[in-house]
Amino acid sequence: MNFDLARQSVRELNAYLHANVVPHDPITVTSPNGAHNIAVGVNAPVSIEVAGHVGYYAGGMNQLASIDIHGNAGPGVAEGMCSGEVRVRGFASVAAGAAAHGGLLVIDGDASLRCGISMKGIDIVVGGSVGDYSAFMAQAGSLVVCGDAGDALGDSLYEAVIYVRGSVASLGADAQEQPLTDADVAHVGALLHRAGLGHDPRTFRRIASARTLYHWNADAEQEY
Amino acid sequence: MNAPMHPPEPLSREESATFDRATLDYIYRAAATGLYEIRGLGAKRRLPHLDDLSFLGASLSRYPLEGYREKCATRTLLGTRFAAKPLDLAIPVTIAGMSFGALSANVKEALGRAATAMGTSTTTGDGGMTAEERESSKTLVYQCLPSRYGFRPDDVRRADAIEIVIGQGAKPGGGGMLLGQKINPRVAKMRTLPEGVDQRSASRHPDWTGPDDLAIKIKELREITDWQKPIFVKVGATRVFNDVKLAVHSGADVVVVDGMQGGTAATQVAFLEHVGIPTLAAIRQAVDALEDLDMRGKVQLIVSGGIRTGADAAKALALGADAVSLGQGVLMALGCNHPTYRMGGRDVSAVADYHALGTAPGACHHCHTGRCPVGVTTQDPVLEQRLTPDVGARRVRNYLKTMVMELTMIARACGKSDVHHLEREDLVALSVEAAAMARLPLAGTSWVPGA
Repeated sequence: MNFDLARQSVRELNAYLHANVVPHDPITVTSPNGAHNIAVGVNAPVSIEVAGHVGYYAGGMNQLASIDIHGNAGPGVAEGMCSGEVRVRGFASVAAGAAAHGGLLVIDGDASLRCGISMKGIDIVVGGSVGDYSAFMAQAGSLVVCGDAGDALGDSLYEAVIYVRGSVASLGADAQEQPLTDADVAHVGALLHRAGLGHDPRTFRRIASARTLYHWNADAEQEY
Repeated sequence: MNAPMHPPEPLSREESATFDRATLDYIYRAAATGLYEIRGLGAKRRLPHLDDLSFLGASLSRYPLEGYREKCATRTLLGTRFAAKPLDLAIPVTIAGMSFGALSANVKEALGRAATAMGTSTTTGDGGMTAEERESSKTLVYQCLPSRYGFRPDDVRRADAIEIVIGQGAKPGGGGMLLGQKINPRVAKMRTLPEGVDQRSASRHPDWTGPDDLAIKIKELREITDWQKPIFVKVGATRVFNDVKLAVHSGADVVVVDGMQGGTAATQVAFLEHVGIPTLAAIRQAVDALEDLDMRGKVQLIVSGGIRTGADAAKALALGADAVSLGQGVLMALGCNHPTYRMGGRDVSAVADYHALGTAPGACHHCHTGRCPVGVTTQDPVLEQRLTPDVGARRVRNYLKTMVMELTMIARACGKSDVHHLEREDLVALSVEAAAMARLPLAGTSWVPGA
């Protein structure tokens, strides 16, 4: 099944994906031309190939689908995703994987500011570098950065863990480097394998929460 | 006869208006602890409010309807602009967003049951949708907040409307807050947080910035819901005229404006008392914005923030709102600040538990502690038993019913056969401040300040 967005609307595409999609029957989307909200709210085990660049929120709130974007992605790609996989063959704009609960997001190129902001269980693998404030307030899941990270990485982290292979411009509040464990190496290795990247997982550094901001004031003993 | 009068109080005991007892207590506390005060509910200081308005009931120049006899419609449609399935409510009084976490599961169920019985809607809160409230609520509005705690596509599809929360009147510009005492295992799991953590929600949405982005975000939610469900946008009252216009431009079906008297589960006192504008002022600005865009009746306006009575609702509607939304009011209907709670068919005193918190019935704002003496704002398994869904649902239903009777009574007295026919011409202001904010004539005059 093919949708040519030069002739058909995003509404027609999404309506089909929500109501009529046949599981495992591949879908192709041509001429996306940076349109917003492509393949949002899909809840079916289906492969969707997008031939070109996409605008905001491509693959937003995805469940089960495998969405392959052969181009760059605008803000909020795969935001709120719960399961399935979204792959961006080019670069991703701000807030990639924002507040997503699960699934795998792979970005072959670089990701801009706030990659993985408020992530809640998603795994994100970035082949290139990430911008400032990535994994801001990240709650759960993993962010694997094969390149460098910008300023304030992992600011106000909860239980999400960041793995960086390159340099880190600066760590955010409450983020700290911690020893890489065998479990980390196995986990990162598995994610790199799924992403089709051949880096040695032992070359990554682990960034996680120091947990000093978990309580308003530790001295107050919850007497507010 | 010539006995001398007692000498007056020495001037050396004169209290300062600037540094009064409350201010002294604040400074002493700050100096002792280095912590600012956090509490629940809303602004406590006197603010210009709907109390400062009064209706001009019918007389010789207007013709009233017979109270309790002639029909007065209350049906309210919300979300008629773009949504295929607008909310069709029996009354213009809805229940505002309050989270499971801030409130117990029993309370969320009670609110859903009461709202359903009255033909109106209830709303989720920061933390997601519980099975109990979805099951008990015929019409449920699902909030999309900056934190996105528990915001999941399955629940988006289960909702009857989506409310994008930009801010709330108790703390415009600030994020939610739920202290560790209330982050029990279920709350933690729903929010994907460690148990017992002091949860401070984000104050900005993670994936959009500004009204142009919001327009695309709204379209995303419309696409996910196949353009079926209304999209609300809720703002805390500050620059209301501009914010309402931007919300409309962004594509909202309904705009919710939450004034400064709105409540919260927990926030800093400095936020509650010193940020935002009163609900009274906010309503007029919101209506002005809709009228400026020629969107009155096309985009509906819901007003919240200190709405307590049928008279408040009537005044908000007369000023131009399509509906009002209640938060603290329904909590008080459930027993918030009441000296007793109901258990085993009898009233049990909660006074000692108020005292243990350092407060008393009527003055409690200790929602943030999770030790609510009447079982409303708690996650404690013992305390939450103090309010059962049966008792809570009955009390909230009674409260809403009373409000609607008052609302229709006032509408009839003003000669209106539909509460939505109430209009600004039916109102006057009782203070210069209220007249200026609502741009209504001061009672007994034709003077509108600034007009």
